Order: sequence, then C-alpha cells, then structure tokens
Amino acid sequence: MRFADLRARLERVGSKVTSAVLRLGYASRFLGYLVLHSGTALRRFHLTIAEVYFAGVLSLVIIVVSGLFVGMVLGLQGYETLQRYGSSEALGVLVALSLVRELGPVVSGLLFASRAGSAITAEIGLMKATEQLSAMEMMAVDPIARVVAPRFWGGMISMPLLAGLFSAMGIFGGYLVGVQLIGVDAGAFWSQMQAAVDVRTDILNGVIKSVVFGIAVTWIAVFEGYDAPPTAEGVSRATTRTVVTSSLAILALDFVLTALMFTGGNAQ
Amino acid sequence: MNRSAIDLWVGIFVVAGMAGLLFLALKVGNLTSFSTAQTYQVNAKFANIGGLKVRAPVKSAGVVVGRVAEIRFDTESYEAIVSMNIDSAYPFPRDTTAKILTSGILGEQYIGLEAGGDGVMLKNGDRLRLTQSAVVLENLISQFLFNKAAEGKGDKEAPK
Repeated sequence: MRFADLRARLERVGSKVTSAVLRLGYASRFLGYLVLHSGTALRRFHLTIAEVYFAGVLSLVIIVVSGLFVGMVLGLQGYETLQRYGSSEALGVLVALSLVRELGPVVSGLLFASRAGSAITAEIGLMKATEQLSAMEMMAVDPIARVVAPRFWGGMISMPLLAGLFSAMGIFGGYLVGVQLIGVDAGAFWSQMQAAVDVRTDILNGVIKSVVFGIAVTWIAVFEGYDAPPTAEGVSRATTRTVVTSSLAILALDFVLTALMFTGGNAQ
Repeated sequence: MNRSAIDLWVGIFVVAGMAGLLFLALKVGNLTSFSTAQTYQVNAKFANIGGLKVRAPVKSAGVVVGRVAEIRFDTESYEAIVSMNIDSAYPFPRDTTAKILTSGILGEQYIGLEAGGDGVMLKNGDRLRLTQSAVVLENLISQFLFNKAAEGKGDKEAPK
C-alpha cells in the first residue's frame, strides 16, 4: 500500500517534469515559427509601431518614476555607507555602475513583465477565448504573423529603450539627492563616474542584458497568451504565469549574463 | 487613437530612449575622452605589477596622460610587459621613468611617468628602460621583520 502511494507520487513528479519539457519544446517551436513568419510585422510596420505604443509608451510613466526613485534611494543609501569610509565622492560611481550593470535592466525588466507582459498575455488569451484567432484562420490570415509577431517585436524594441531611460533617470535621481540635496561635489560625482564606467564593458553589456530580457519577457508573454486555455480562468492563470515565469527568467538570465560578462578576470 | 497620434507618441518614446542611451554613453561613460584621441604605444617591463589592471590610468604629475592597454607575461625574463597608450598631445623623453604607484592607501594602482632630460622623444613601440615595480605589502613586511631580526641579533652580540 505504501509502495503504491510512493509510486503514484513519483509518477506525478515525472509527469510534471515531462510536461514542462514538452511545453518548453512547444514554446521553442513557437518562437521559431514566430520569427520565421514575422515578415508581415516588419512589412506592415505600423502594426509593430502600435505595439511599441502599448508596450513602451504606456510603460513610460512607471519606468521614469521608479527609475528616479531607485536612483534617489541609491544616492541616499550609498552616501550613508560611503561617507563612513570618507569616500563620498565615489557616490557617482556606485550609483552609475549599479544602475547601468544591474538595476537598470533587471528592475525595468521586472516592471516591463508586470506592466506590458501581462497585458500582452491577457490580450492574446482573450482573443483566443473569444475565437478571434480562429476567425482569422478562417479568413486565411495567420494569427501568429498578424497578432503575435507585432507584439513580440514591439516588446523587443521597447525593452532596451525603457532600460536605458530607467538608468538615465536613476543616475539623474542619484545626482539630485547626492549633489543637490546632500552636497557631494558635482565635479567629483561626474568625473569619477566617467572614469569608472566603461562604454563597452558596462553600458553595452547593460544594453545587451536588456535586449535579452526583452526577448525573454515578450516570448513568455505571447506564448502564454497563445497557449492559454480559452476560458476566463485559463486567461487569468496564463497572465499570472507570465508575470511569475518572466520574473524568474529575468533573475536567472541576469545571473548567467553577469557571470559571463563581468567575471572575466583580467579581461575587463 | 488614430495612427498619426500613435506614430507621434512612439517617435517621442524612441527619441527619449535614444537620448537616455546617449546620455549613458557620453555623460556617464567616457566615450568622448581618449578613445577618439591619437595615441602612441610604449612598453615597459616590470618585475612585479602588483594589482595593476588593463585600462588603469597612466599619470604624469597627477594628470592622466594615457591608459594601460595590455598586460602580458614574458616567459624569457619572467617579467611583466605592460603596454600603455599615451595621448599624442603629450610627448615624453626617451629616458622617462615608469613607476607603479597607488592612489591613496587603498586606492587603485596606476602608472606614474617621470620625464627625464633626454632630447629624443618616445616613439610608437618604444620601450621604457627605467621602471620601478609595485610595492607588495607582504614583501615589505618580510623585509621589515628581517631587518628587525638582524637588529635584534646585533644587539645581543654587542655586549659580549
């Protein structure tokens, strides 16, 4: 009796693993199909532009405001610690490096996942639930090319721009608190920052991170929406899954990318 | 919302994003300084470079005149070869001394150049003959202890 119980439990674990791998395979096939059939999204570019509007422009407020506040908090906290060691001039370096390398791409990626990713999933899922996607197929319009691909490319274009804005606003916020409020020397703030931040190793790698996060988040969002069970419950579950999965994906990818980019020993 | 309004907003968004990235590249990074300036490369051999890193500043009289371009290890003399790019605006005489110095007590290490009196200036690919290695704390301490021990011995032997 105990043995059968254990076996059933093991089987449940096994089936979960198998279905997860199956889903990953399906999602990869979906991504390949999506990229191959994105001719329409690029030829009729206004479709993609409309999605840049929904994913990017409408996320501007949250990105700008949170970037500003994250930078301001970094300025305050960084100053508290640095002034103990008498090196409060290094505040600019601390704020800029932590924003450009890590916080900019990661926090804007998390915000993007919850602001734009969830909306993309809900929209596509609802289109599926109300059989709009099937109606398109009836009219010989490929829903992946017409609906999914523009959302994918729109999200991918928006993400690096949002991350860049986030970092820039954060550094401005750090400048406001550090220089204007606390009174760190402005010259030292900027010049030490410029001496320490490298365009290639820091800024370009940050942009690469944000592009990778953009691909991951929009891929997960469009896939979850397309794969959602066509019910109210299914769509809501898919939306939740998008936020959870893409947040975890961002953090895991961030670790991998950081390990690849910033731990090259002398290669920096 | 009609298409032209969307286009306008997306245009503003893209311009703002690009401006943010440009701000990062120009104001936060140092794209404008040095990478566009003309440089010439000189090499120097050091017995020990300590914690010197690629892209560390090369200073003369405290002014940054260049950056370390490459650090190699010479298997024939078992010494470190440091290549540095120096701004062409600053010519140095051929008998310039290169020292590895530390800014502050715990600061980063950099190369300090002290100009000599030779009339011939350094050219691209030249080698600096006079170098002084980095100060390694362990060596300093062991030297100090050694000297102390030697002194102690001397004191003991003296009364005999």
